[in-house]
Amino acid sequence: MVPLSWYVALSSVLFLIGLVGVLIRRNIVIVLLCIEIMLNAVNINFVAFSKYQHVIDAQIFVFFVITVAAAEVAIGLGIIIAIFRLRETINIDEFNILKF
Amino acid sequence: MLPYLLIPLLPFAGFLLVGIFWPYFRGKGHWITVPLVTLSWVFSVRAFMVTLNGPPLHFVLYNWIHSGHFDASISLMVDHLTATMLVMVSTVSALTHLYTVGYMKDDSGYDRFFAYISLFTFSMDMLLLSDNLLELFIFWEAVGFCSYILIAHWYERKPSWVAANEAFIMNRVGDFGFLLGIFLTYSVFGTLDYQTIFRQIPAHLNDTIVAFSAFHGTTPYSVMTVIALLLFVGAVGKSAQLPLHTWLPNAMEGPTPISALIHAATMVTAGIFMIARLSPIYNASPAALHVVAWTGALTAIVAATIALTQRDIKKIVAYSTMSQLGYMVMACGIGAYGAGIFHLLTHGFFKALLFLGAGSVIHSLSGEQDVFRMGGLSKYMKITFVTMLLGSLALSGIPPFAGFYSKDLILSNAFHDGSLGHILWLIGVVTAGLTAFYTFRLVFMVFSGKERFAQDGHHGHAPHESPLVMTLPLVLLSLGAIFGGLIGEHYDVVGFLSQDMSIPHFALRPELSDSALKIISVVAGGLGIALAYLFYGRSSNVPAMLANGLRPLYLISLNKWFFEELYDNVFTRPTIFLSYLLWKELDKGVIDMAVNGVASFCQNSGGAMRRLQTGQLQNYALVMALGLFGMVSLFLFMK
Repeated sequence: MVPLSWYVALSSVLFLIGLVGVLIRRNIVIVLLCIEIMLNAVNINFVAFSKYQHVIDAQIFVFFVITVAAAEVAIGLGIIIAIFRLRETINIDEFNILKF
Repeated sequence: MLPYLLIPLLPFAGFLLVGIFWPYFRGKGHWITVPLVTLSWVFSVRAFMVTLNGPPLHFVLYNWIHSGHFDASISLMVDHLTATMLVMVSTVSALTHLYTVGYMKDDSGYDRFFAYISLFTFSMDMLLLSDNLLELFIFWEAVGFCSYILIAHWYERKPSWVAANEAFIMNRVGDFGFLLGIFLTYSVFGTLDYQTIFRQIPAHLNDTIVAFSAFHGTTPYSVMTVIALLLFVGAVGKSAQLPLHTWLPNAMEGPTPISALIHAATMVTAGIFMIARLSPIYNASPAALHVVAWTGALTAIVAATIALTQRDIKKIVAYSTMSQLGYMVMACGIGAYGAGIFHLLTHGFFKALLFLGAGSVIHSLSGEQDVFRMGGLSKYMKITFVTMLLGSLALSGIPPFAGFYSKDLILSNAFHDGSLGHILWLIGVVTAGLTAFYTFRLVFMVFSGKERFAQDGHHGHAPHESPLVMTLPLVLLSLGAIFGGLIGEHYDVVGFLSQDMSIPHFALRPELSDSALKIISVVAGGLGIALAYLFYGRSSNVPAMLANGLRPLYLISLNKWFFEELYDNVFTRPTIFLSYLLWKELDKGVIDMAVNGVASFCQNSGGAMRRLQTGQLQNYALVMALGLFGMVSLFLFMK
């Protein structure tokens, strides 16, 4: 059986990839996808611990996360399209009007 | 009860009607107030007639404060003293109301003026009718307020409101002492009711109080003396005695009717009335009586010397008022309360007459007040001349006019009051001579000699006699000035008043002086008049020579003994300087800097911090990630 630490390591790597993507990528669609990666990294953690500790609750929670992520993507993409129509760009650096 | 209640309430009703609905009167305010005040006069005379042969009356209107052991009621007490004073106050008030109709004609504040003098009449009546110290104090303050608001009647003119403020503040100083006296009375006697206090006085005669315990003082003082002196401080302020007198001459900035009513006949005599009313307290303290007597005597002579050289017609009369008030206070100080009140009554008539006459002169010269720019007016205004002459004779103490009897009674009482009394008597006689001199100086300057007023100039018309509404009060008051003393003497008003007031040292009731004393005071008065005639009755250069020859004395008199300069330098200027210092240094320098410093620190740091808000989502996300990382690491390390 694959040890728990492997799952945690995988989850961490995925999470870091997602985080770095959120922080450094300019394309707002990629940023949204990276957020999804981070959510799924968390899901892996949930499932792994659920399996090893014989608790089913975490897996139920995962379903919730997946549902929320789906809704979020739907709304997020909608927003991105709206922004694109307005600003003719998906470069996140251009969206900095919310400041002093 | 109602007829007595109506005495104060009728003027009050006049005040409410005219005061509330003044925009609708448009110069018709006197149709309400004059009849009401006249009615109030009728009821006062009736009250006087009732008490003439009857016992004092006492009505409790309602219990105002009832708290623990403290009881204060609003009551009316009509005894001989009150009834006599009420007649004088209502008479002068009614005549002044009438006079105002002519004097204040076409004034923009005509109806307002009537409302306030009616309010004043109400307050003064209630002051006289009060039966406890709290009620007395309330109306004591009320008359002070009316005085303030009426001095400032022409509030657009700076001298008016400055004088009004001075009068108000000066009276606050006095009233502070008065209030302390009331507090001490309550803490000693446990009540503020006159009769209860008087009954308890024998039990407290030997009580002492450590007056300066706050400063670790150890000397015990007689509690009666302290009470009497503190209450007297109030009288000093209200009755313009030294050293709180400077407000009275300056209050002449107000319209002349109120100078006659408030600052000659009624309000300023409230202090004397208070001493007479509380005479048992004063009798219990010989030391306090000495202070009272000397204050009065000094005031009398100092005011008389100042009046010698003044140029403003109203200020001359004002200083003579102050001087006569000094006489009354002196009379109270030697225990001759009856004589003091008798002089108060006669003085009320002839001084109101002099003021209203002066107002008539000013009115006819369209506001000119400098006696050096008058002269020869007797042929233009005969009624004013004759009545003012009568008033001046009364003031100078020439028989058989009113002032002679009352002033002589005070002087003879002083003379019979031991060796100290001789000095007081001497001061009184000298003052009487000075009084006659400056009074007739005024008469000669105004009514005889060359016409020194601007003939055609900016006045536009020749001097003229005042209308009937102004001369009628003059004539009626001059009747008081002629017969007031005779009547009082004949009907023994002093004996009548003494039913309510005990006489302290000497048991015998004050008699008129022997003829020698009488002759001396009349000669002093006559001498003053003769000198005035020599100096001012015909053209003479003696006054100028005297002014040059006795320059220091002349300057002292002209500058009012430098009291105003003294107060200016000792109180006003340091206060202003200190305030300026506190404003510029403490308030602006320390407090404002602290407050502004906090504000500008927040502003500057906020200005720096807002650079952190880049609007870049990824920056925020980075900070969030770092924060999370930091917190998790901290959590792990702490574990």
